[in-house]
Amino acid sequence: MIKFKVNGKEMSADVPDDMPVLWVLRDVLGMTGTKFGCGIGQCGACTIHVDGEPQRACQTQVSDVAGHEVTTIEGIGATPAGKAVQAAWLNLEVVQCGYCQSGQIMSASALIKATPAPSDSDIDAAMTGNICRCGTYLRIRDAIKEAAKSVAAK
Amino acid sequence: MLARKTNSELSRRNFLVAAAAAGGGMMIGWVPAVEANVEKDPPAMPDAYIRIDGQGKVTITSPMIEMGQGTYTSLPMLVAEELDVDMANVSVAISPPNDKLYGNPLLGHAQVTGGSTSIRGFYLPLRKTGAAARAMLIAAAAEIWGVDPATLRTEPGFVVDDSAKRRLSYGELADRAAKIAVPSEVKLKDASQFRIIGTPAKRLDVSGKVNGSAQYGIDAKMPNMKIATVSASPVFGGKLVSFDEAAARKIPGVVQVVKLDNALAVVGDHYWAAKKGLEAASPVFDDGPHGNVSTADVVAGLARAAEGSGAVAKSDGNFATAFSSATEKVEATYEAPFLAHAAMEPMNCTVAVTGDGCDVWVGTQIPVWAQQAVAAALKLKNEQVRIHNHLIGGGFGRRLESDGIVQAALIARQLDFPVKVVWSREEDIQHDMYRPYYYDRFSAGLDAQGMPVAWSHRIVGSSIMARWAPPLFKNGIDPDAVDGAADMPYAIENFHVEYVREEPPGIPTAFWRGVGPTHNVYVIESFIDELAAKAKKDPVEYRRALLQKNPRALHVLNRAAELSNWGKPLGPRQGRGVSVQQAFGTYMCQVAEVTVGKDGQVHVDRVYVVLDTGVVVNPDTVVAQVQSGVIFGISAVLWGEITLAKGRVQQSNFDDYRVIRIDEAPKIEVEIVKSEADPGGIGEPGTSGLAPAVLNAVCAATGVRLRKTPIDSKRLKEAS
Repeated sequence: MIKFKVNGKEMSADVPDDMPVLWVLRDVLGMTGTKFGCGIGQCGACTIHVDGEPQRACQTQVSDVAGHEVTTIEGIGATPAGKAVQAAWLNLEVVQCGYCQSGQIMSASALIKATPAPSDSDIDAAMTGNICRCGTYLRIRDAIKEAAKSVAAK
Repeated sequence: MLARKTNSELSRRNFLVAAAAAGGGMMIGWVPAVEANVEKDPPAMPDAYIRIDGQGKVTITSPMIEMGQGTYTSLPMLVAEELDVDMANVSVAISPPNDKLYGNPLLGHAQVTGGSTSIRGFYLPLRKTGAAARAMLIAAAAEIWGVDPATLRTEPGFVVDDSAKRRLSYGELADRAAKIAVPSEVKLKDASQFRIIGTPAKRLDVSGKVNGSAQYGIDAKMPNMKIATVSASPVFGGKLVSFDEAAARKIPGVVQVVKLDNALAVVGDHYWAAKKGLEAASPVFDDGPHGNVSTADVVAGLARAAEGSGAVAKSDGNFATAFSSATEKVEATYEAPFLAHAAMEPMNCTVAVTGDGCDVWVGTQIPVWAQQAVAAALKLKNEQVRIHNHLIGGGFGRRLESDGIVQAALIARQLDFPVKVVWSREEDIQHDMYRPYYYDRFSAGLDAQGMPVAWSHRIVGSSIMARWAPPLFKNGIDPDAVDGAADMPYAIENFHVEYVREEPPGIPTAFWRGVGPTHNVYVIESFIDELAAKAKKDPVEYRRALLQKNPRALHVLNRAAELSNWGKPLGPRQGRGVSVQQAFGTYMCQVAEVTVGKDGQVHVDRVYVVLDTGVVVNPDTVVAQVQSGVIFGISAVLWGEITLAKGRVQQSNFDDYRVIRIDEAPKIEVEIVKSEADPGGIGEPGTSGLAPAVLNAVCAATGVRLRKTPIDSKRLKEAS
């Protein structure tokens, strides 16, 4: 039985140690906001935070998060950065199909928390691991800047 | 994508009918004329189009599925405009499979979301539905007040009687309005009266997409559900020979191993068990007849077929005579590769087979055909297959196919519990149904001024339509394969377009974003630049001369040239390229600016897009779709290519099927021309116009004319 926190709640799962957190969240805990895209850490759709740091859930073994705090898209709105990012995403109509946006929002929230006023190159570096096939990149860039400003103003 | 019809032909087959809604309120929608003996026998119309409840909340059952293109907002806008309600009071429901209630008039009343047809097909029917409902609400208020309905007006959500300074809400009127006869004719608003159409409406589908609550097919959760993953024969047409079931069952969490003719599925408590179990089972397949097919074989077959003549799609004047007497002759051959769709949501489908039929939870662009395909596979009646459609995590044409749905049903019928079948990304890339490999031959004759007087275009490739909608493949012509070619924007006196159907051995082909025009606009706009070069004329000037009788195309070209500062010098190894297209009912000009590195790598710096898509419903969505289409097109022109060796697809995931990332994305400027023409489609032209603009820009930057995509950067390295 592996125990860890998800969005502040204690969770436990009786699963193999090497099972990626992605599948524990989706198929065992029933939290489907975190998305499966590639399974090899190439697309970023499964991005979560572990102790506040962005990680690819498909490349993170569940045993590695035992005793740690996992934040998912379902919980990111409780953080100032996550809330601002979600609001900016809606305000600028970033979203199209939306499938990658859980991961985009998790990466963007981590960026803003670490870098309150990100430059274009900061955004490139933080977001290049997140693929969007609908091509919402231009709006993602603008929304990150808007979200950063709104966090800074508070 | 399919034969075009004008709006005036729409809806002749159907009648508007209304009824009381279960639980109060009214509903109104279209039913087929043959079933609607409206006076005597109001037909059943479950969830058709609009419901207005006792609180005045309006629910619109969207005939088309949302896959990012914004249809869950733009279709309701059409209703809200004529019904006169605020979008804040409107919500959207997903439609069940039903061609009769939800078929797209532009697609032969098939419930198909594709070909950039949603707005074009439903622009009038949904407005008429909203207008009829409004008239009935007014009539209900007139009855209550005992006044002439002509003296009443509406404000959003209310019928207003100015003379007596009174009002009733739509919610208060809905029950009574349901009993009013549906008006046989309704007057639609003049465009000058629009207060919703043409204004940027907030999307109705996105709030759940930023907090993880939106439900895509892959998120389906059923009681007792297990998860399966699958491995089909790596060679198309191969069969399953053997596998190690005992090894699979040793993996903790593996529940069952399911054999299909051409695939093996392992079912587990979760995807991880299923994946590990499938690896352990190490299925062995025979290769079948296609075990030695390579891309080179496919191209050789196309090249051979291109030597013969094809079915004539269009022929004006006399090409042969004009070509033989032309001052200059230009000939070229172009190639376009197989492409995977690589939507972010991997292929998946959840199925429960029960005593009385089966339930299917999936995101699909073709709910009715999926229902029929599952019914045929499981030998059920259509109505025994219940399709529960979902938001789609990227379609791009992949979900116009039912292969994955049928496969999931064949797995589920061997199980006593619901199963969610999830393909790995590798399975998704290697068992896609691919954009056909096209091979195009051009011959053009120029007059003494360098202008084309003879044009021959022979298109060679797989026919998607012959498989997908066989009745539309007529006289050897695939209407999709020649879309954008037989009806290209330029007037040339002696004009000849042919199509040769040549199927690649065993390789399944399917629609891909931009459909026919994505290949035709690429080759035509590249070849037009070749003609301009031969004539020593500027590409924009050259096109202008050819568009004198096509004012909408000419206008977008002129505006894009201005917007992009066409002609203004750029730096070394930088170039500008242009493309013009008329496709999907939309006129679009793109100008791309590129920089070609010394290593031959191409960076798209900026793309200017000017479009005339007729009446615009949601301008922000139009801009978003153009941005989206351009980005999608860049991945394809720079890197997109599926290749085969020994019958196997050589790409497998985003590491070797590269797509563009945020740091590689260009700036994109979009300008929409104000127009009152019939609305055009916008989901696809952004993609179809991109490749030639980039290739023409690369030629401007380097002098190298590339006639094959993706771009071969080795050919663009700076000579040292």
